[in-house]
Amino acid sequence: MTDIDTHALIVDGLWRRNPALVQLLGLCPLLAVSTSVVDAAALGLATLLTLLVANLAVSLLRKHISEAVRLPLQILVIAGTVTLLELLLAAWLPRLHESLGIFLPLIVTNCLILARTEAFARHHTPDRATIDALATGAGFALALLALGAVREIVGQGTVFAGLDKLTGHTEALPGISLFAAEHGLVLAILPPGAFILLGLMLALLKPGR
Amino acid sequence: MSTRTGNATHAAAALALLAGTVVIAVLLMQRISQPRIDASVSQLREQRLAEVLPPGEWDKALPGDTIHQLTDDAPTPIFRYWRDGVAAAAIMQVIAPDGYNGDIVLLIGVDAEGVVSGVRVLSHRETPGLGDDIELRRSDWITDFDTLSLEAMPRDDWALTSRGGAFDAFTGATITPRAVVRAVYRALVWFDEHSTTVFSLPRERP
Repeated sequence: MTDIDTHALIVDGLWRRNPALVQLLGLCPLLAVSTSVVDAAALGLATLLTLLVANLAVSLLRKHISEAVRLPLQILVIAGTVTLLELLLAAWLPRLHESLGIFLPLIVTNCLILARTEAFARHHTPDRATIDALATGAGFALALLALGAVREIVGQGTVFAGLDKLTGHTEALPGISLFAAEHGLVLAILPPGAFILLGLMLALLKPGR
Repeated sequence: MSTRTGNATHAAAALALLAGTVVIAVLLMQRISQPRIDASVSQLREQRLAEVLPPGEWDKALPGDTIHQLTDDAPTPIFRYWRDGVAAAAIMQVIAPDGYNGDIVLLIGVDAEGVVSGVRVLSHRETPGLGDDIELRRSDWITDFDTLSLEAMPRDDWALTSRGGAFDAFTGATITPRAVVRAVYRALVWFDEHSTTVFSLPRERP
């Protein structure tokens, strides 16, 4: 029984009920930060980590969370987690912190996280909540990563440009260049391109569901 | 009625307790990370300052003498440098407010005659892959300013090539480079008028 549950949770989070591709939650960061693989990976990881801590905390506190104050309590947990994460990144990976900019604190308002703590973690044990957070967070991160890869390749002809921001190297890492940047389709980098490419991705994935 | 009051008290206590815990955790984390955050900010600035300062030995180590807000429209701060007691260079920190996405903070190094020794971006929020070609790590566009001065280049050339100027735009991005060109030009005009004042202000004792 437990095994089936775990399996179902993972399939739901990654694929069947993927937060970004099926539920269309958290579109603002998904579209805004997916201009490159590195930025997408960074925001994906930050979101996953926030969701993990928030789900776990809410699940552990679930017996003490009364109906009336459940929303402020959950938002408090989420906001606190994001603040800690922001300070950590600013201190240890300052270039990444600068690159993510406003979208790091905005994780607080990513409806995906409150959706999981409210609908799932509040009613389940910490181990279930952990698996749910990992699966859902990974589902979001992978969607972000896929969109980031497509946009970076089509727009700039590179992948993994700026990897130094993640690793803390001081010299710039140019990434893998597939073709010269001037042959890239600039639209892919611009906001309208994000909407168009996400739309295409959704259309392509539709028959598989 | 009494249970409802009890529930409300319980809820309020839980909320207060959690709020307290979160505040303490954040304060602790800030104490741990603040020194590193300050260090990395000043390290980045000193690295950029070193890049735009004319080469050679200077009387005072980076960041140099700092002047804050000389006039209302002045670059702030301005870092001053002397060589053998003679005023010889200044670095102006200016903001280009008309970028594509918020302020672009620039460091502009000039010698005493107003010849540019280097321009670097300190921070910006321009579109990755488009506007970030103003960063040296992405493109050497920013070095086009080296050795330029108001004297060396007529006013009309301080524009993008599409407007008959001397500076290339980037593929898909004209707003960002235009903002940088304008900001550098404004800073040079300001320096041209005020350089005497900049260097005559009393010098900090080393």
